[in-house]
Amino acid sequence: MAEKQQIEVKVNGTSYKREVEPRLLLGDFLREELALTGTHFGCEHGVCGACTVMLNGSSVRSCLMFAVQANGCEIMTVEGIADGDKMHPLQQAFWDHHGLQCGFCTSGMLITALDLIKNFPLADDHEIRVGLSGNLCRCTGYQNIVTSVREAAKQMRAKKAA
Amino acid sequence: MKPPEFEYIAVHTTDEAISQLAKHKTAKILAGGQSLTPMLNFRLVHPDMLIDINPIKELDYIREHNGGVSIGALTRHRMIESSKLVRERLPILAAAAAEVGHLAIRTRGTFGGSLAHADPAAEFPMIALLLDAEIKARSASGERSIKSKDFLVSYLQSAVADGELVTEVHIPGLPAHTGWGFHELCRRPGDFALAAVCAIVTMAAGKCTDARISMAGVGATALRAPAAEALLKGKAPDAALFKQVAQKASEASDPSNDVHASADFRRHLVDELTQRALKDAVERAAKA
Repeated sequence: MAEKQQIEVKVNGTSYKREVEPRLLLGDFLREELALTGTHFGCEHGVCGACTVMLNGSSVRSCLMFAVQANGCEIMTVEGIADGDKMHPLQQAFWDHHGLQCGFCTSGMLITALDLIKNFPLADDHEIRVGLSGNLCRCTGYQNIVTSVREAAKQMRAKKAA
Repeated sequence: MKPPEFEYIAVHTTDEAISQLAKHKTAKILAGGQSLTPMLNFRLVHPDMLIDINPIKELDYIREHNGGVSIGALTRHRMIESSKLVRERLPILAAAAAEVGHLAIRTRGTFGGSLAHADPAAEFPMIALLLDAEIKARSASGERSIKSKDFLVSYLQSAVADGELVTEVHIPGLPAHTGWGFHELCRRPGDFALAAVCAIVTMAAGKCTDARISMAGVGATALRAPAAEALLKGKAPDAALFKQVAQKASEASDPSNDVHASADFRRHLVDELTQRALKDAVERAAKA
């Protein structure tokens, strides 16, 4: 077996030190080693977006990165979005607008949407749709996901401006 | 869908990468990993070792150079997409960067990696070929500069030799009075294009003095369309001329049938997308 490597990562504010095999995918590390099973693996080749997590403030596919590469990085998964028991405005918007059905794609949708709201103007629904194009919802609940992101962006920005 | 075993080493400088490459002949470079990791997950490749160059800070830059732009091999697509310098000097590259993969892919994917991977349907090799970009590659025996047309060898095959690392890409600036156009068709934004076409057109006194057309997804590499380009030169461009030129471009394409689209449909797309790209290029040339 290839030699294990020691890594230190901060996930949702908590530091973890672990020894990992180089071929361990970041998503498998989060799920299997840290028991953070909110991050889902769908296609495992970068197409479906279910495994999207935040790495140093930008969204990445956790199936297209090895855990060993995250050494020294800060990661946020879906488990780190809420403020304790209080849902994040984006999560609340998904709740209010029925932005999820089976929930499998939701963690990836939320992380991608956070990146989009932070870094892109999202002037219209087209921009939201293009931004979310890398995340598949097999329930095909896209209308409500787009509505949720639009409303969350509006609220989060109004709050920021106030 | 789990990658095979491999040894892993992270390097922090270009020198270190080169010396590791010289030591481990069968190692593969891990840059953004947005093409290599899926290939590993599918077990299409079985490298003994991955040399992870992500920690190399000195290969991550976008700089003005000789009126053009030099881009470090490890520069992420998102940096290119949002770079003020790229938007000013090479807006066609910024536009193309925004179409490469999806947002999370663009966070990690690198410019040098995309070129070295030489996917015939990818945007960056097509743009490099259009703009006569030069790719710098280093090995233990020195550095060489490779023209895009020589760099793109075949399907997923670039001129990067064993032991070599792509370090920088230089893209010359556009001449004055030059406009650009870029159109592609994807089933879903961010997916590989069924076909993509880009063009630049230089205008003087209402006539086209220079034109270049490059296409992706319709051959073993990105392709130029020399006969189509020649047809534009010295003429006053209009829709009828675009139609003729586009037909020539379509003839220069060499698409295959696959599950995504037939060869005939792809040839039709080249025709249509060329007309659109040329129209945009001529309109932008008037303002440039």
